[in-house]
Amino acid sequence: MMHRSEKAIPVLMILPSLAAIAIFVYGFISWTGYVSFTDWNTLVRSSHFVGFANYRFLFQDFRFQSDLRNTLAFTVLFIGLTMLCGLFLAKMVDSKIKGEAFFRNVFIFPMALSFIVTGVVWQWVLNPTTGVNLALKSLGISHPPKWYTSISIVPKLHLGAIDFGLPVAVIAVVLAAVWQMSGFAMAMYLAGLRSIPDDLREAARIDGAAEKQIFRKVILPQLKPISMSLIIILAHISLKIFDLIYAMTGPGAMFVTDVPGVYMFETTFRGNHYAQGSGIAMIMLLLVSLLIVPYLISSFRKERG
Amino acid sequence: MELKRKWGLMISAVAIVSLMLSACGGSKSGSDASPSPSDSPKPSASASASASESAPASQASGGQVEIFSWWTGAGEEAGLKGLISLFSSKHQDIEVINAAVAGGAGTNAKAVLASRMQGGDPPDAFQVHGGAELNTGWVAADKVIALDDLYASEGWADKFPKDLIDLVSKDGKPYSVPVNIHRGNVVFYNKKIFDDNGLKAPTTFDEFFKVADALKAKGITPLALGDKEPWTATMVLENVLLGVLGADDYKKLWTNELSFDDAKVKQSLETFKKMLTYINDDHAARNWQDAAQLVAKGDAAMNIMGDWAKGYFTTDLKLEANKDFGWVPTPNTAGSFMVITDTFAIPKGAKNEANAKEWLKVLGSVEGQDVFNPLKGSIPARIDADKSKYDVYGQSTIEDFKTAKLAPSMAHGSAAPEGFTTQANQAVNIFVTNGDVDQALKALKAAQASSIQ
Repeated sequence: MMHRSEKAIPVLMILPSLAAIAIFVYGFISWTGYVSFTDWNTLVRSSHFVGFANYRFLFQDFRFQSDLRNTLAFTVLFIGLTMLCGLFLAKMVDSKIKGEAFFRNVFIFPMALSFIVTGVVWQWVLNPTTGVNLALKSLGISHPPKWYTSISIVPKLHLGAIDFGLPVAVIAVVLAAVWQMSGFAMAMYLAGLRSIPDDLREAARIDGAAEKQIFRKVILPQLKPISMSLIIILAHISLKIFDLIYAMTGPGAMFVTDVPGVYMFETTFRGNHYAQGSGIAMIMLLLVSLLIVPYLISSFRKERG
Repeated sequence: MELKRKWGLMISAVAIVSLMLSACGGSKSGSDASPSPSDSPKPSASASASASESAPASQASGGQVEIFSWWTGAGEEAGLKGLISLFSSKHQDIEVINAAVAGGAGTNAKAVLASRMQGGDPPDAFQVHGGAELNTGWVAADKVIALDDLYASEGWADKFPKDLIDLVSKDGKPYSVPVNIHRGNVVFYNKKIFDDNGLKAPTTFDEFFKVADALKAKGITPLALGDKEPWTATMVLENVLLGVLGADDYKKLWTNELSFDDAKVKQSLETFKKMLTYINDDHAARNWQDAAQLVAKGDAAMNIMGDWAKGYFTTDLKLEANKDFGWVPTPNTAGSFMVITDTFAIPKGAKNEANAKEWLKVLGSVEGQDVFNPLKGSIPARIDADKSKYDVYGQSTIEDFKTAKLAPSMAHGSAAPEGFTTQANQAVNIFVTNGDVDQALKALKAAQASSIQ
């Protein structure tokens, strides 16, 4: 008697949250998916089924193609630079410098801000006429970078309706995002570095390895799980990024800094094109799951094995 | 005993969780500014009955009225509060719930409103731009009530200009009450720059380009633009369209009587393209205030913007009309008035319909319009309002409004459904960068085909 009820209690305890997740996460995802197959593109709800018409429209749309290009550029740069900066900062803090706690806090502070704040601040910093360019001009540079107002795309390969390549304006946005998140990456790597026993380094030293070799052959492999988690966390941030872009640049000229999140917001809540907006949302979900699902599968296998 | 206690604990945990969930649901559908009406105490049975039955002659008494708007900025909030206190002095027994939702140009508010309307929890009266936003949005969706009885009982038919009543009507029935008018076709210019260089404000495109060349030769940016949000560039385009086509043909674009294929539309885009060669280099990094500021500071000579820019000049920058800055209608649009009007409508199924009608009566009265508009910086929608309450800009605009042909704004969702505006902004954004006339025409034509029936 006692035994059975003891077992039932934990199940009952998590039941409400299970129900909530079922409704508010999976229920709403299904609803969004359903809407994306209708022609509900006015204020009046329509449940007329139109198949993949909204998706077909999106993939032929100049703006959405630009969005996908920008997302790719942003994701690669953002993840790469954040991890590099994080690792570099962690290594520095770990090298037993004076005032370590101070630096640790300074580097991690930006994380306390929301992306909206970061966006507004960096919009001022990188403003082509009033920001950091004022300093550059006083240094005698007559043509300072245009930052997020640049419309150039390098190398500019014409593909579909858009020019494919790296939009220069995205780099400005990436700078802001990296500034915000590299403290977090530092904290993760620092924890990783601290968890590697000194014996390993000592052993390598005794074997005659140089510090560089120790870092590459002993330390980095140990940090691999942390790097994996970082990639997952940063990737989902970058695939669904909205607030930073919205505050800092908006879509940008020729949509050089537009991302699916901003397009989704404007389509749905300004244009009342609910079906198209749902379509964009579903594509964003798919992009994130392309990354998350393999990770989940591999970690699931590890747990069993 | 032990067992009982555990069960009790668990049940209370479940209760707390479900309470939290219902609280979340509540705040999602309601507005943050006020408790949603379903949470607040119900008015007395008789009041609510008379409200929902809406006997047209019955004087509303007691209960509440929930007013939904996006007037949370400095001048507009003051204007709204003025209106509310005027209403309260006339109806001391009706409690006003100000359900304003903050956010530029109603972006957030419109999303909240749409979800409330679809969720069956409409406010009693809501702010909506006259024109397509009202007609192809809420009226077509059968979500608002017709106000012909109110117009008749208040004698409004000849108190608002006919063009304006048409803008808030569908099939001959008005659906909302205009509170204010903003003009969208104005060139604001720096008086000092013009005087110093012996220039006259341009009234035609030829004069505009002549003046612009003269300014450029002196090293002054002729036209300030801040198209970080693309609607500002769309406003310049709609003004060029109005100038090239004239008010009558411009209006035909929105009723499908004139196609974007028309040669004059192409000519407009060519003119627009030429104008863009006179703008500031950093336009993409600026918003409309930043662009207006260029003119205020004397870094640029002219700015094409709606007359909320006047409010920005006089209120925020402390400039004096006719001394620091001047204004003329945009080139070739002297007899026309690009109109942006804020109106209020009553949703079907509003809980306090009779009270909402009382609110609209106050909005539509001379007294109400003269309380609100001087504070907001707009002009009254009524033609018999008290001119002496307005500044020199307001007075001259009130005069123009009486005689000019009204044209609905494309950039502000008055001319065409919001879906069209979204697509037009996209086309304009691309056009400003690449200047490809044919591509822009194609995009606008496609937008017309998909959004305007």
